[in-house]
Amino acid sequence: MWIYEKKLEYPVKVSSCNPTLASLIIEQFGGADGELAAALRYLTQVWTMPIPQAKAILTDIGTEELAHWEMIGTMVYQLVKDLPESKIAGTPFAAHYANHGKSPFPHNAAGAPFTATYFNSKGDPIANIYENMAAEQKARATYEHLIRLSDDPGVTDALRFLREREIVHFQRFGETARLLQEYMDSKRYY
Amino acid sequence: MNISRKEFLRKIQELEFAVIELNLFLDTHPSHQQALADYNRLTQELMNAKAMYERQYGPLTNFGYAPSQYPWQWALTPWPWEDDYDCKEDMPCGYMKKS
Repeated sequence: MWIYEKKLEYPVKVSSCNPTLASLIIEQFGGADGELAAALRYLTQVWTMPIPQAKAILTDIGTEELAHWEMIGTMVYQLVKDLPESKIAGTPFAAHYANHGKSPFPHNAAGAPFTATYFNSKGDPIANIYENMAAEQKARATYEHLIRLSDDPGVTDALRFLREREIVHFQRFGETARLLQEYMDSKRYY
Repeated sequence: MNISRKEFLRKIQELEFAVIELNLFLDTHPSHQQALADYNRLTQELMNAKAMYERQYGPLTNFGYAPSQYPWQWALTPWPWEDDYDCKEDMPCGYMKKS
C-alpha cells in the first residue's frame, strides 16, 4: 500500500520557460540513473532481503525516490508549459514534443525510452546493495553534470537538494551493506 | 496561525524532511535512542502542523488519512505541479479551483 501526499518533498520554483533545460533534466526522469530507475530498483529488491533493516531502508528510500521523480517531472513541465507552440521547432525539446507534447515522459536526455534493463534485482543481498551504492554515486555524478548545465537558479536549487539526497542514500546503503555482511558472517553459515 | 499558505507548507516540508532523515537513519540504527526521541518529537509536531494545515487548505492525503469538507476537496484543491499551488496570498488560495 502506498499513500500519496499532495505536496512536493522540496519546493520547486522554475524561474523561466527553458525548453533546452527541460530536455536535459529529463535524464533524471527516465534515464539509467534517474529517479524512476532508482525507485523501481529498490522497491523490486525488498522481497529477498534477509534482514529487517535492509527491507526497511529499501522500502523507504524507494518511496523517497518516487517523490524525487515527481519533483523532476514538475520541473520538466514547468520549464515548457508556457512555451508558445510556434517557438518549439528548433529547440532541443522539439523531438520530445513531436511524440509527447508538453507531457513529461520517461526517456533520457538523448531520447532513449526508459527500460527495466537500467536496474537489477539479483535475489542476492550483497550484489543488490552494491548495485544500489553504485547507482547513488552515478546519480550524484549526473546531478553534478546537470547543475553545471543549468542556467535557472530555481532548477539549480532543486538539483542541489536532489544531489545531496544521493549522498545520504549512499551512506545508508553502506551501513546496510555492513549489516548484511555481519549477518552473512554470523553462525547461521557453516 | 498568521502565516501564508506557502510559508505554512514550507514549515511542513522542513519538519517532514527532518522526519525522513531520522527515519532513514533509524532503519539502519534501530537502537539509537536519541534519534528515536527526535523522531517521535518531530513526528508529533509534524502531525499537529498537518492537521492544522488541512483544516485551512484541504487534505494533503486521501484514502482515509484526512477528512474532507464539502465538496470533495481532494479532487478540487490544486496539485503540486500547478502554478496556483504555490501562490503567495494569505487566504485559501485556489481552495476551490474553477474548472
